[in-house]
Amino acid sequence: MSRTHVICNINGDDVEFLCDDGESLLDALRDDVGLMGVKEGCGTGDCGACSVLMDGKLNCSCLILAPEANGTDLLTVEGMADGDHLHPLQQCFLEGAALQCGICTPGFLIAAKALLDQNPEPTETEVRYALAGNLCRCTGYDKIVRSVLEAAVQIRETV
Amino acid sequence: MKYAAPTSVEEAQSLLAGDADAKVFAGATDLVPQMRAGRPEPSIAIDLKKIDRLMALGDNGGSWTIGAATPTSSLTGNGAFSGDLPGLSYAAGLIGSDQIQNRSSLGGNLCNASPAADSVPAMVVNDARAVIAGADGTRTIPVADVVTGPGSTCLGDGEFLVEIEVDKPTANTSDAYLRMIPRTEMDIAVVGAAARVTLDDSGNCTAATIALGAVAPTVVRVPDAETALVGGPISDESLAAVAAAASAACNPIDDKRGTIAYRRQVAGVLAKRAVLQAAERVQNGGAA
Amino acid sequence: MTATEERPDYKYVGTRPIRHDGLDKVIGKARYAADLVLPGMLHGHILRSPHAHAKIVSIDTSAAEAMPGVKSVVTGADFPDLGAAPNGDLAKNVIARDKVLYEGHAVAAVAAGTRREAMDAANAIVVNYEVLGHSLTIDQTMSPDAEILHDGLITRGIEPAPTEASNIVARTCFERGDIDQAFAESDVIVEREFSTTPIHQGYIEPHACVADTGQDGKTVVWCSSQGHFRVRSATADVLGWDTSRVKVIPAEIGGGFGGKTTIYLEPLAVEMSARSGRPVKIVMTRDEVFRATGPTPGSKLKLKVGAKNDGTITGVKAWMAYENGAFPGNAAMLGCMTVVSPYTMEHMYLEGFDVVLNKPVNAAYRAPSAPMAAFAMDTLLDEVAENIGMDPIEIRLHNCPSEGDPAPYGPKWPTIGLKECLEAIRDSDHYKSPVPENAGRGIASGFWFNIGEASSATVNLNENGTATVVTGSPDIGGSRASMALMAAEELGLDVYSITPVVGDTEVVGFTDVTEGSRATFATGMAVVEACRDLKMQLRQRASTAWDCDVEEVEWVDGHAVHSPGDHEALSLAAITAAAKRTGGPLGATASLNARGAGPAFSTHVVDIAVDKETGQTQVLRYTTAQDAGTAIHPSYVEGQMQGGVVQGIGWALNEEYIHDADGRMENSSFLDYRIPVASDLPMIETIIVEVPNPSHPYGVRGVGEVGIVPPLAAIANAVHDATGLRMSDLPMSPPRILAALGEAVE
Repeated sequence: MSRTHVICNINGDDVEFLCDDGESLLDALRDDVGLMGVKEGCGTGDCGACSVLMDGKLNCSCLILAPEANGTDLLTVEGMADGDHLHPLQQCFLEGAALQCGICTPGFLIAAKALLDQNPEPTETEVRYALAGNLCRCTGYDKIVRSVLEAAVQIRETV
Repeated sequence: MKYAAPTSVEEAQSLLAGDADAKVFAGATDLVPQMRAGRPEPSIAIDLKKIDRLMALGDNGGSWTIGAATPTSSLTGNGAFSGDLPGLSYAAGLIGSDQIQNRSSLGGNLCNASPAADSVPAMVVNDARAVIAGADGTRTIPVADVVTGPGSTCLGDGEFLVEIEVDKPTANTSDAYLRMIPRTEMDIAVVGAAARVTLDDSGNCTAATIALGAVAPTVVRVPDAETALVGGPISDESLAAVAAAASAACNPIDDKRGTIAYRRQVAGVLAKRAVLQAAERVQNGGAA
Repeated sequence: MTATEERPDYKYVGTRPIRHDGLDKVIGKARYAADLVLPGMLHGHILRSPHAHAKIVSIDTSAAEAMPGVKSVVTGADFPDLGAAPNGDLAKNVIARDKVLYEGHAVAAVAAGTRREAMDAANAIVVNYEVLGHSLTIDQTMSPDAEILHDGLITRGIEPAPTEASNIVARTCFERGDIDQAFAESDVIVEREFSTTPIHQGYIEPHACVADTGQDGKTVVWCSSQGHFRVRSATADVLGWDTSRVKVIPAEIGGGFGGKTTIYLEPLAVEMSARSGRPVKIVMTRDEVFRATGPTPGSKLKLKVGAKNDGTITGVKAWMAYENGAFPGNAAMLGCMTVVSPYTMEHMYLEGFDVVLNKPVNAAYRAPSAPMAAFAMDTLLDEVAENIGMDPIEIRLHNCPSEGDPAPYGPKWPTIGLKECLEAIRDSDHYKSPVPENAGRGIASGFWFNIGEASSATVNLNENGTATVVTGSPDIGGSRASMALMAAEELGLDVYSITPVVGDTEVVGFTDVTEGSRATFATGMAVVEACRDLKMQLRQRASTAWDCDVEEVEWVDGHAVHSPGDHEALSLAAITAAAKRTGGPLGATASLNARGAGPAFSTHVVDIAVDKETGQTQVLRYTTAQDAGTAIHPSYVEGQMQGGVVQGIGWALNEEYIHDADGRMENSSFLDYRIPVASDLPMIETIIVEVPNPSHPYGVRGVGEVGIVPPLAAIANAVHDATGLRMSDLPMSPPRILAALGEAVE
């Protein structure tokens, strides 16, 4: 297997790593970069737990070849907070009890951020469809959807 | 396996030509999980997304050119494109989650050659053309001719899809695509139906194209349904004939996603509803 | 929320603080088993059977052992045969010996430098199988000519005992009164046959563990489990080790729902770690999770219900067969024990059959066996109500058991809240609102026992006046927050001054698995008991300082108060700051068997629209009322209710196991095993009913499981209301509904 030297920006930091050409970006982020907040639930793009933003676009990192990350800007859950200041989505998830086991939470937060970056005032239906690529087996989605809607309000109010 | 990211069609061609085990990819949504599961790897994985032409979405006045690797989110996010071809845009938007939408492409959806591909029936009813690059330059063929069976295409060794061309609809014409899935998202179509209709000023249908997905090894055109529509208004009678013709045109299988009987029945229902939706779009001035 | 009686004025219990483990989970710092990386760590991969049933003729691992990076290869021959000893079947499920009993059964394992090396080596192991006939359905496996899975399996519960082995594990029978008389006295009798398929728990985190075995012969295991003490004993048993050689550290758990109450990977990782001298990590793929880990069983149920015109249920006769998977279990017995529990009746005859067949072994899943039983019972009760023209809530109230009535499975009902759940739904905005056009409405109730079992807690007061609460209960849904709330209430400390942690098997006393909706109830009891011990110690310190009798010291709102009023109150922090000088650090431990788990009941109402041309359903509105006893943290009680409902919706509508003719699973992915997605659902409205459990200091009854019991029947009843169809086979998928509507062309 050939290897590629990847230079990219992750969560605001310049990062270099060496990956197998056939490796998934998910495996590279976890095994080569050590960002364990990116979770694997299925490895086939069906659960969204590995969601990242790549150049601002929502993606399943399990479906991206690691060498494709060369030259990109990546955001993972580890980069959502501004220092000690949580992103409103993170704060609303906490206050709204939008997580139980927490394994899907990083993916939901990233997917919800992608939605609100694009659509600051989504309807409940829009939130539900935007998050349909993220599976949660614990919550029944109710508190997740409410927390995203609440975060949208808070973000609009602070802008 | 070696990863390669050519920046021109020619460069991709030469990589592909030199190696029978080399493979092109766009979204990689099938390639990466397959490798992870231990399936044989290609010798070279050729990433087409660094070639500008394959990532383009071009308005040519009378037609659209869509790069083979252009993410479907670029299509659904383009108001002019979605206004011209609402059915195709909607079909493209159905491919997977928002995550997948940033990777999936009409080219990948077509060349993956799944009978259930959502965008293919919508391309077929719009007479879309596939521009294919090979060692001897490019050739252009109807999208309807690309897929030859489940998982197989007419693309020869060293060939790859460069772009899709679709003419904008003529006056009083619009399209629609509907699919049946058990959930509301994240499933593969059990049945898909696309329709394009043209109505005259009095509401009579002057042209119609209907195609079904997931009910046969490849997309099925339904000429009997088209004949049933042309020459009269969209009526309960003509819609019933559309449904019957669509059901009759199916050659489905029983599998984990649906039964033969179910696919047949629902193909008729969706064909009818797709015609109705396309007709409503015409009457609303083509708006989605 | 419905408060059914005046409840004490709690300061912390019943509030909604941010959970203590929440921050790590929203910033990606929470550590799950697959996140652990140790120096020199190897990666394990498991070779699994491609056959549903086969004899293993030979295994040749030589090629695999010679492959790059391979450090250890193990097969069943490397583990002791436990025979009929405890965990004997479990051992054979962890790794097959002479036979494979289902597709996905582990046959060998490899540890190598990388995941890819381990996978490639596992694929180089040559296994010769002699393929045997297999059974995939209850009918097949109960038929006299079925291939026998276990040679020595003689059906229990039949007199005289059979002399021939079969695939029927046991017959269970619960009988009361005279069922023939019941039907003779009935004005209306309804009966149907029902079937359900296995359902996977569907936790998003695949099973994972890391084992590090030292040269001293001891091992440390980090894993995703609902019960690390069970992991310890089961792993030791499968290895033939003394339990004290195994230490288990619970990682954060990414969902369990009962499916992580057993072990699959740990003994393999420990053994390969011992052989290689390196830590070994094994993480399942989603495909492995589906093929090899526990579903809840499929079932075939025949029920007959008799009733009088006034709605009184006269009797129920049931024939209930439950799959157990490849090894014996007791699913049918639990089905019999739960099927009629929400109702009183004079006569019943409930017969259960547990059967083995060539599918993965059952694992618990939220109120195991009860949802299928309730699907049958509450569908038929709906039919009775329809036949006699009675409101579906009224017929349930009419037959509702109360305290002191005999429960169908034996004991007398203690204080229960079913009536209050039914009334809460009857009085809800949802039930009072008209059914939307083209939709139907369904009602159903559910029951689950809830359990107590053994729990331990240690509460230490820190010198700065904060407290650490250590328990042995893995937290799968917010139980750390509830432990902290109960400790805060007891000690009068702010909830955020309490750090709740889950201790490993060597730092906290034995604690049973987080199952049976027991953690907040039973482990909460241990926390309260330890806190009460501490309060006595705190009062004693104050009495020493004040040179008074301890009886003169009260503990009020986090302070020692001198009741006669001669001394200024001492805060907890003041006492802990001086603790070293006044007798040493303050800490207390409680270990107990919790008695008196309060039974759980729940009633649901759902509105469903059905597209009669495609068979597709849409859940328009859903309301659940559930008796929580006392909701310690209402948000996480609601979360359990909502999660249970949505799992039930998936079960009812789209989830199923699909096998090909050779017994291989065809839909082992989240693409085709269709758990509900966000866009499938409305908000799930919750009504927390509080009928306190008198056996718990705060009135807690478990809330984790019962929520999954009513949805199957509630949805089936709503589909009936919308279409006139009685759907008796799950899932009620679009093809099934359309076929039932009789509109399919063929």
